Amino acid sequence: MKMNGARILLECLKKEGVDTVFGYPGGTVINIYDELFSCKEIRHILPRHEQAGTHAADGLARATGKVGVVIATSGPGATNTVTGIATAYMDSIPMVIITGQVPTPLIGNDAFQEVDIIGITRPCTKHSFLVRDVKELATIMKKAFHIARTGRPGPVLVDLPKDVQIAQTEFKYPETIELRSYKPTVEGHPKQIERAISMLLASKKPVFYVGGGAILAEAAGELTALCDLLDVPVTTTLLGLGAYPEDRPNSLRMLGMHGTYYANMAMSDTDMLVAVGARFDDRVTGKLSTFAPHAKIIHIDVDPTSIKKNVRVDLPIVGDVKDVLVKMIKEAQAHPDKVAAFKEAIIPWKSEIEGWKAKHPLTYKHAASTIKPQYVIEKLRELSEPDVIVTTDVGQHQMWTAQFFTFTKPRTLLTSGGLGTMGYGLPAAMGAQAAFPERQVITICGDGGVQMNIQEMATLVQNGLPVKIVILNNNFLGMVRQWQELFFDKRYSQTCMELPIDYVKLADAFGAKGYRATKTDEVEETIKQGLAHDGPVIMEFMIAREEKVLPMVPAGASLNEMVLNA
Amino acid sequence: MKHTISVLVENEFGVLARVSSLFSGRGFNIDSLSVAPTNDETISRITLETRGDEQILEQINKQLNKLIDVIKVIDFTDGSGIERELALVKVTAEDESRAEVLRIVDIFRAKIIDVTARSYTIETTGAPAKINAILELLRPLGLKELVRTGPVAIGRGSKGWKG
Ligand SMILES: Cc1ncc(C[n+]2csc(CCOP(=O)(O)OP(=O)(O)O)c2C)c(N)n1
Ligand SMILES: [Mg+2]
Repeated sequence: MKMNGARILLECLKKEGVDTVFGYPGGTVINIYDELFSCKEIRHILPRHEQAGTHAADGLARATGKVGVVIATSGPGATNTVTGIATAYMDSIPMVIITGQVPTPLIGNDAFQEVDIIGITRPCTKHSFLVRDVKELATIMKKAFHIARTGRPGPVLVDLPKDVQIAQTEFKYPETIELRSYKPTVEGHPKQIERAISMLLASKKPVFYVGGGAILAEAAGELTALCDLLDVPVTTTLLGLGAYPEDRPNSLRMLGMHGTYYANMAMSDTDMLVAVGARFDDRVTGKLSTFAPHAKIIHIDVDPTSIKKNVRVDLPIVGDVKDVLVKMIKEAQAHPDKVAAFKEAIIPWKSEIEGWKAKHPLTYKHAASTIKPQYVIEKLRELSEPDVIVTTDVGQHQMWTAQFFTFTKPRTLLTSGGLGTMGYGLPAAMGAQAAFPERQVITICGDGGVQMNIQEMATLVQNGLPVKIVILNNNFLGMVRQWQELFFDKRYSQTCMELPIDYVKLADAFGAKGYRATKTDEVEETIKQGLAHDGPVIMEFMIAREEKVLPMVPAGASLNEMVLNA
Repeated sequence: MKHTISVLVENEFGVLARVSSLFSGRGFNIDSLSVAPTNDETISRITLETRGDEQILEQINKQLNKLIDVIKVIDFTDGSGIERELALVKVTAEDESRAEVLRIVDIFRAKIIDVTARSYTIETTGAPAKINAILELLRPLGLKELVRTGPVAIGRGSKGWKG
């Protein structure tokens, strides 16, 4: 049967199992919207800004592991998606972005609402396609989804000119796709895996350092199994939180700039670092020249370019993290005597770590009157459901969430790590809630970042998405203020928000519910009421204004040079 | 150290932009670059010269391979390839220097492709070192214009790049 390009696009989405898309109409996608009007299988959610729509698709992808889908019109619609695309790219999130484009004969003419979105997004997409003939559309969509979700995942942009949406052709979706130039390595090299286990079992001070790659590869279970089998300490990056349960004795929680003292000390002292789906980001390594100075490094990653990019690696294993971990477990199980001896040999190391834990646990000074943000996070964990999904914005509240929430399951913390995008939290929660209508979804935001996409309150109310928005209000761009306090002599240049906003009234204006707590003893009740309400909610907590995120590795310092109290 | 790298890519829209923006985005150098389709018209071959230490070259190699449209990357620096370059040179040639230019052209087996009363335009091909050598001799006579293609390279032996 012949169909127009717009219809073919939707048929392709259905074939890929897409049931929810976020998008915003306009002149060059109006034909797609016309087809959507009568399409029952795909739920379309209209955000109030394309950036938010893109973050929502990203949130859906992070929460589910599926490919998130966004539609935007050409020109300003397309450029509005750029921050969302870059956010997804930095954190390797699978996404397909469909942008309208001016009709092919007009491309290059500076036509109305024309931008070279492929050119603009080239450095922040995994790949992109300009569809120039409707006959190519189905194959391109198949390729786009394949590229987005395989190997190291990432966003793929499909630019679809208006005339291609109108042109007709026979629809046939390819069953499989073969790209001669794209064949990501999936299986870890067996010899390397054998060597890795033998190196690891010969070490005395091992640490597993786990990043978001373990979650993207759905390998949390295998990771936990291997670490339990070997009974080794595990630390995770911000994006790795949830890959290994933080409530286990072997968890060192998060490492890096605002990581725990004991994780960073372990990194500085280890003789065997096993990096799993992590990329040695500068927020994690601190000063590179003094990073893990005594360690042999094993690096497992699906992306060969991540390996040896910043640090030397003694044993690289390129492959799907899950596949590699499964084989490592088998290999370890084949040597029960060596494993037993290893467990024995690392006892002194583990008691050294226990010493660091006892000396400097994660902590804060509780206050009877002023609300401490860390207390709010602890109470949120306590009073929320066990499978709650938490998203954050970017700033101090993000770090307090990472430090104090205690994540035990993968895909339960959605946060912008690589790009650090303020404005991410609320729309990402929207995406997660759209994917899981029955689960509790909380976004923890600062008073600064929440205002960057606050318009999405309307989307939540309109679509019955009962996201719980927590605002830790210090009336500061707190994270920047903290740096100004510590490194710029308290010269608070442009970080005080000055204007207090009444978030309870704001919630009301959108048709949602607002609660506010100003004293410590109101926190629990506010959370209970907020979580119990069955629609979207704002819970505003007036927190200690100059509370700092600690401990901290100052920029450029080594991991073992943490500021513990300042 | 200078490296000559061949990149075999899908002969598709925008591929050259992806390759060159990879270099600029990551702060790698491109000293020269040439591109044209191969005997298989769906595949283009980019030859480029770049510089860097071993670690940078490893990253360049991996990053190129990571581009979706890149089929194969070959680094010819280890002497496994034959390199050739073409140069067009316009030299001042008046009075006594006219004979000198002709002698140099003859020695290097170059060709005069355009003549005026005051200049010769020369075509020369060869390994980049040979081009450098002829330029060295022509320079004192007065170079008006120089166009170099940058090298292209092909592997030695009976096998093609597919093996
Ligand atoms: C889009 C964007 N602009 C600027 C920044 C720089 N930045 C990082 S944290 C921060 C302060 C955030 O303030 P707020 O949202 O109130 O959170 P808090 O740190 O107070 O918890 C700023 C401005 C950023 N990360 N993203
Ligand atoms: Mg704030």
